[in-house]
Amino acid sequence: MTVMPQAPAAPIVALEQVRKTYNEGLPNAEEVLHGIDLVVQGGEFTALIGPSGSGKSTLLNILGLLERASGGSFRLGGRDVTSLDDDARTRARHTKLGFIFQFHHLLPAFNSIENVMLPALIGGSLGVADKEGKTARARAARLLDAVGLQDAHNKKPQELSGGMQQRVAVARSLVLAPQLVLADEPTGNLDTRSSDSIFALLRQFNREQGTAFLIVTHDPRLAARCDRIIELVDGRIAGDRANRAELAE
Amino acid sequence: MGALGFEWTVALRFLREGRMQTALIIGGATVGVSVIFFITAVLVGVQSDLIQRVTGAQPHIILKPPEETVSPLIAATPEAPRVASVQARPQRLTTIDGWPVLARQTEATPGVIAIAAVASGSALAIKGDATRSIALLGTNLAHYMRVVRLDDKLAQGVLRLEPGDALVGNELARDLGAVLGDRFRVQSADGTNQVFLIRGILDLGTRELNRRYVYVDLRAAQSILGIPGRITNIDVAVGDIMRADLIAARLRAQSGQLIETWIQTNQQVFAAINNQNIMTLLIRVFVTIVVALGIASVLVVSVVQKRKEIGILRAIGATRAQMLRVFLLQGAIVGVAGALLGSGMGLLLVSIFSRILRSASGTPLFSLHFDPGLIGIVVVVSTVLGLIAAVLPARNAAHLDPAQAIRG
Ligand SMILES: Nc1ncnc2c1ncn2[C@@H]1O[C@H](COP(=O)(O)OP(=O)(O)OP(=O)(O)O)[C@@H](O)[C@H]1O
Ligand SMILES: [Mg+2]
Repeated sequence: MTVMPQAPAAPIVALEQVRKTYNEGLPNAEEVLHGIDLVVQGGEFTALIGPSGSGKSTLLNILGLLERASGGSFRLGGRDVTSLDDDARTRARHTKLGFIFQFHHLLPAFNSIENVMLPALIGGSLGVADKEGKTARARAARLLDAVGLQDAHNKKPQELSGGMQQRVAVARSLVLAPQLVLADEPTGNLDTRSSDSIFALLRQFNREQGTAFLIVTHDPRLAARCDRIIELVDGRIAGDRANRAELAE
Repeated sequence: MGALGFEWTVALRFLREGRMQTALIIGGATVGVSVIFFITAVLVGVQSDLIQRVTGAQPHIILKPPEETVSPLIAATPEAPRVASVQARPQRLTTIDGWPVLARQTEATPGVIAIAAVASGSALAIKGDATRSIALLGTNLAHYMRVVRLDDKLAQGVLRLEPGDALVGNELARDLGAVLGDRFRVQSADGTNQVFLIRGILDLGTRELNRRYVYVDLRAAQSILGIPGRITNIDVAVGDIMRADLIAARLRAQSGQLIETWIQTNQQVFAAINNQNIMTLLIRVFVTIVVALGIASVLVVSVVQKRKEIGILRAIGATRAQMLRVFLLQGAIVGVAGALLGSGMGLLLVSIFSRILRSASGTPLFSLHFDPGLIGIVVVVSTVLGLIAAVLPARNAAHLDPAQAIRG
């Protein structure tokens, strides 16, 4: 009788031979991702680097179910999402993933705490208490406090600095406790000090909550502070290594 | 935030955020609605006054028995002119056979709102030395009042027709030298007569009617006119008087009686009103289209302006249907706001102009018939209009590619 080793939990993301062609079928068709194999486990803190135009944003958008792959398969949290319809993709995105973009993308008509609560409002779960008995408003308030915006709950985005806006975006990406946050150059638009503190925040949430992060960055300094570094060149994975120095910490 | 749900919250915020734009489309819808409200109210007021004046004490439709065909007794000869021999005998009124059945059938006809059985014929009114030729109308007053409004024609006294009561035209009362509460005698050509008490004096709008009309209860008229238990016509009121001839055609086909409508007796008025209705309908349709296009164009621009925000909402989990509803709602909200503000402004215009616009004689050109139903209709139509206008922009919002929008 053989004792089965405990099956490891399904990875959050498993891509197999994913390809992406823009303008498929047209004369200007262009394949920008050529057969990507990628597995992301829960709790990983990963940097995605590579030259401009190498396909980082495209890959992130496919992982975020914002764009469809042209070929290959995609499992999200163990479930095959390759050919889901738009509504199902939207629901999966809503429940499993968080987003942070380079240009903050807050809604100017809403103040900070409302922006953070938006994902819960969309899901109709604004007043619903979570496992810890906290409503979305309470969680949003706690997250804003955690990102250092205890005094800016009721400020509109226009009244905040770029770094502060990005903190709100970080809080928003985390309000529904996603398994994976996809961040496309979250500090690309910020000065060094703001970048460092945003990055530190992401790291803190990763350590405290076990949220996995996949962060696109051009900044080698920041990449060096991730557990794993994936390098994309010309639509192919050119490097994928564990960052021993950081892991040892 | 939150009590209203995602769609309402975002729709209202977007509208509030768009200040100037929102003010402009709501302003446009308000002006459009007030114009429609105003011309509708004025049209209804002017026309109903006009029709009231023209038709006066006449019912919309009258059912009469077919004329008895009186054939000449002898061939016309020079000694006995034909004209004399074909005169109908004056005492023999033609009556409607089986009228209770016909009355019920008429009342049940679509478009008919009320009927009254009437026994009418000519007779003489006598008081002291004065004798006048009159038209005697016997009816059940309660029924008749639903067909012809007499309450606004009462000059003195009360509207009551117990046995022995009469309502008379004001000129006739003067001709007889009678006042309210006086008694007078009504006599038919064959001598049957009865005394009546004048309960009310009417101003029926025209001299002809005021000089001749006497209303009494049905039974009394039947006995004086020598047609006990029978009637000479059924008077009919219809809901939409502009369609009186359609209803008349239906009645003609089903009853075999002779049908007379107010339209036949007032051809020109009918044609004028009809033309006016077509013109105002055109104006209303065009104003509606302009308002709808205005709402649609502002929302289309708003979707373009809000590309990024729509993209981000989609990225953080809003479905296509939710984005569709956010923009449909904005259209509907603009429609409702325009309808309410526009109705208020329209009402204001109506009340101002009903004071300013006067006819040559100095009386108001139209009286202020305020129909609360009109606001209800305007709100519903305007909301639906806002929704329809928002369909295209809402679809644009729903089908926007979030990845493209976020890339910039
Ligand atoms: N919608 C599109 N249609 C056609 N080509 C596209 C589209 N989006 C991206 N591309 C192309 O795909 C390639 C990869 O683009 P992508 O944005 O993924 O690169 P990136 O690695 O994110 O670059 P950067 O570092 O500049 O953000 C580029 O050559 C780009 O021109
Ligand atoms: Mg990019």
